[in-house]
This record gives sequence, structure tokens and C-alpha cells, in this order.
Amino acid sequence: MNQLTNEKLKDLKLKANEVRKLLIEELDAACKNSGAGHTGGPLGMADIFTAMYFHILRHDPKNPDWEDRDRLILSNGHICPIRYASMSQAGYFPIEELKTLRKIGTRLQGHPHRTALPGVENTSGPLGEGISQAAGIALAGRLDKKDYKVYCLTSDGEHQEGNIWEAVMFAAKLKLNNLIQVIDFNNIQIDGNISDIMPLEPFRAKYEAFNWHVIDVDGNDIKAFVEAVQEAQNVKDKPVIIIAHTVPGKGVSYMEGNYKWHGMPPGLKDVDGAPPKDEQVKVALEEIEAEREKIVNQDL
Amino acid sequence: MLNPNLKLNPKIFDEDVEKDATRIGYGKGLLKLGQENPNIVALCADLTESTNAHLFAKEFPDRFFEVGVAEQNMAAVGAGLGVSGKVAFISSYATFSPGKNWETIRTTIVYNGANVKIAGHHSGIMTGPDGATHQATEDIAIMRCLPDIEIYVPCDAIEAEKATIAAGKTSIATYLRYSRDKTPFMTTTETPFIPGKMQDFWVSENPQATIFATGYMLHYALVAAKELEEEGVHTTVVNVATIKPLDLDGLLKFTNQTGAVVTVEDHQIAGGMGSAIAEALAKTNPLPIEFIGLQDRFGETGNPKDLVEKLGMGTEYIKEAVKKVIKRKK
Repeated sequence: MNQLTNEKLKDLKLKANEVRKLLIEELDAACKNSGAGHTGGPLGMADIFTAMYFHILRHDPKNPDWEDRDRLILSNGHICPIRYASMSQAGYFPIEELKTLRKIGTRLQGHPHRTALPGVENTSGPLGEGISQAAGIALAGRLDKKDYKVYCLTSDGEHQEGNIWEAVMFAAKLKLNNLIQVIDFNNIQIDGNISDIMPLEPFRAKYEAFNWHVIDVDGNDIKAFVEAVQEAQNVKDKPVIIIAHTVPGKGVSYMEGNYKWHGMPPGLKDVDGAPPKDEQVKVALEEIEAEREKIVNQDL
Repeated sequence: MLNPNLKLNPKIFDEDVEKDATRIGYGKGLLKLGQENPNIVALCADLTESTNAHLFAKEFPDRFFEVGVAEQNMAAVGAGLGVSGKVAFISSYATFSPGKNWETIRTTIVYNGANVKIAGHHSGIMTGPDGATHQATEDIAIMRCLPDIEIYVPCDAIEAEKATIAAGKTSIATYLRYSRDKTPFMTTTETPFIPGKMQDFWVSENPQATIFATGYMLHYALVAAKELEEEGVHTTVVNVATIKPLDLDGLLKFTNQTGAVVTVEDHQIAGGMGSAIAEALAKTNPLPIEFIGLQDRFGETGNPKDLVEKLGMGTEYIKEAVKKVIKRKK
């Protein structure tokens, strides 16, 4: 990974801002295509996806099957709109194709499908299966003496699935230090706040008890996140989890922190605390544009 | 008579016929694959010796992964290996894999296009004394309904070794079904095994019914055919070692002359090999069918041979079904 200069950081912030715009436009199209789409998680993870595709990952969008590439495994497949937006921004496919999300015949399936779109590393949607798959890919890398890293993005809600803990034990047993899990810890799930539905705390202590190296970080702070990944890359004898504390809906004030935006696209219906449905997309894009100007005008 | 072209075991009907469990064939096949191909890897969920994966584990410790009692994890770790250039064999009892971890198999292996071979052991009531919890009698049904998968059910330990090796040479997700108890050798090492092809093990000049059998139950079907022959009832007995894709040409060829079918399997009659045959015939050559298998009930504890009789699947039941289906012909 290259050094993160102030200039590069500003560039990444602008890219994260741009990908939020692409995401809202993508979800606007998905709403029209299908009346559905996930918004909260994808917005909250925009900074991490940007850091991944534009700074951290060793990858080549023109050669998605390059055998030495780092692998980005998405366990909580429902946040795929941000993966798609980031991938198109990085050059995996044309940006216009984002508007086909959830439309019949699209490569951008409602939940991501490996063989549908080059660059998607795993089919996912049913929760709790990513760490296992990432562990298998990490094992293959070890057997083949490859130095690629396997990054596995997961969610807090899916940690309610028992099979996650099977994978957590397995990765620790094999000391898979080429596996780095990044959990989107945003405290929302479909039915409400995680702390109400099925609490996970003490979360850090659970992973420590399972012999993982644990790093807590603000998942909406690109600089802090990149530093966390640098620390993770240097851990020698354990798998690593970066607990990325994120704000769901980050960047659109009327969505931030509200679990109701977990699985709903803007423009679908009137919601308490949000603009009327016909104005939701417009307001979201205006806020993102205002943020862009702020970033442009920030001193390095 | 036994099909002279298939080089079958001449001692099939003898008291002292050689016997072994199909899981033994799995262990041997897996070991041979490992010796030929460094990309073969194996995983097991705390049943390494019982599934015979221990032969591979011992020779290739670096390519064997013990996941503990965690079948979902085993499936998805296998999937990760299977999309990374490896051919991953995952072994457990079929009630747990593909039973307990079915959705993981569906999503991360089959739909995901991962090169994983799911070895389901202790299938059928043949599992015996362990009781119905450990007798997988729905596994064919839950695998057969998935697209993009192949299914092999070998009839004996020799065919099991061949089927295992054949599966290790393809790149498609495959379900392999094995059983626990020792059962008679019907084939020999000389018998050709062709994935995707049915074979007529018992042939008659003017057959009146076709018996399709899968797994070790083929032996019961052959004994029934021999006894029927002595009574003047002529049949064809077909080994259905590949349940998916089903050999449609073979199906028509072997039913064309008879116009009546009995299916025989150690599995629920709903969703199993018999259902596959019935579905295909309904579209192409509708004819009367009788189904031997578990008649919509669970198994129970017992000696396998006694269970086969108690649950209505033995030779006499097959003979009765043949006579009945012949009468049903118009």
C-alpha cells in the first residue's frame, strides 16, 4: 500500500463523495426498476469501499481474474449497491450500467452473484457465510504461496448467525493472518437497533476471546481506517478484525442513524424526519454536493 | 441373465460374494486423486475415519483441513477453496452435509459455481443401529432440486472409487452418496463406469418390466430379477449411478420394450431417484411405475437387513411390485 499523503487523502474524500452521488442515482434507478434497494449500509460504507478500491487493494479492473489480486469478499451481500458503485467508479464496468440495478437481465443482481459480474468475488446475501469463504480463499493462497490478502466485509447484524462463529474459530485455529475482516458496525438491522434486537456486546471481548487481533476504528474516517489496515497487514500470527464503527446513511442527514433506511431506497415512500418522497433523491444529492464543496475548499 | 458385456462380478449371487462399504471406495478414490493432482484438498467435520477421508488426511496433511463439528463452515470454506483453483472434497454424514448446511451449499457452492464435491456418508436406512437421526433418507431430493449440480450414487465399493475419481476430474459441484455397511460387489475393476450413463446389469430376451435401482439396493433388485426369471417373469435391471444429469436416452432405451417400471432406492420415494425417473417418463413415455423406497416415513434403529424388510424394500417387495406393474400395463 502506498503512503497516504494529505493530497491523496483529499482525493479519496472526493472519491467517497462522488461514489455517494453515484449510489443515490443507482438506488433511484433501482427504486424505479423494482421499488426496492438498500441504502443505509451502503452509504455508511462508502468511505471504506473508496479506501479499498482506490488505495488499499492490489487489483486491476481490466484483469479481474488476476491471480495475485487481493480479494474483497462481501459477506453481507445486501449492501452490494455500494460495491457496484465503487467498482464502476474504479473502471470494472461502465458507470451507466449502475442504473440497471435490480432490473431484469442485469449483471447487477439484487444480491451479488460471482459469475454474473467479473470482479465480484463471491455470491452472497444469505448472511454469515463470508468469513468461511474468505478463510477458504486465504487457505488457497497459503497453499499456493501467494501473498495476496483476503479482505472480508461483514456486518454486525449477521453476527447473530451461528455459522459466523464456526468460521471465527476456524480462522483462528489456522492463524490465517492473510485474512482481514472489516465489520460494518452500525448498530442497525431490519427490525430495529441491534442492541435491542439481539445485543452483541461485549463484542471486542468476544473476538479477543476467540484469538483474533482486534482493532477499533471510526469507519467513516478514511485516514484512520487506512492506518488500521496497515496495522492489520503487519499482524503475523492471527486473523484480524477491524471493527469499523460507521454511521448508517452517512452523508444524507435525514437517513443518518435511522434503521428504517436499512432496506429502503430514497423516493419510495414518505418517512418521518425525511423530506416528502418525491424530494428525497433531490435533497440527498444536494447534501452530497454541498459536502463536495466543503472538501474542495478544505486546506491540505 | 447378467449383462455379459459389463464384466460384472460372477459371484454376485453367491453366499460368499465379496463385500465392502461404498465409503471405503470413497477413501481409496480420494487418495488416488490426491496422488494425481496437487490441487485436490479435503475437509472433514469430525468424522474423518468414519468417512474414510483419513487415508487422504494421513498422506496429505497439508491439504486436509479438520473443521470440527461445523458443517456450514466446512461447506463455505470448501467454496472459498473451490473458487481458488482447488478441488475441494467435503465429507460428513449426509444428514448433516448436505442436510444441516443445505443453504450454505446452495449459495456458496452450487450457485456460486465453486468446484466442491459434497461427499454425503451414512446415507439411507443402511446406517442401521444409529437410528433415523443418522439415516439420510432425503438427501437426493434436496440435492436433485438444485440446478448446476451432478449427483452420483455408486452401487458398490468398486464403483464408489471410480465415481469419486470421476467427480474429482470435473469442475462442477457434485453430490456423492455413500453408505456405511458392507454390501456386495456387483461390478469389477473391469466394469466400465461412464458418468451420466445408465447401465443394464440384468438383461432378458423379452423383458416385461424395467427395474431402475440405485446404490446398494441394486443388489436386491438383481436378486429379485433372478428369482423372477425362474418364475418366468422377465425383466431388465438398470443401475442408475448418475441421478443428475439423468440419462434420458438410456431411460427411453430401457423402457421402450417393457412399458412398465419399478424404481428401487434406499431413500424417501418423494424426491429421490424414482421421482426423477417418473418426471422424465411423464414427459416422454408415460407408463405405469411402482416405487420401492421409504414410503413417506422415517427409518428407525435396527440391523440394516432387518430394516430393509420391515420397511418394505426387500427382494420379495420388489418382486411383488414388478408383478403389480406388469398387471397395470394396458
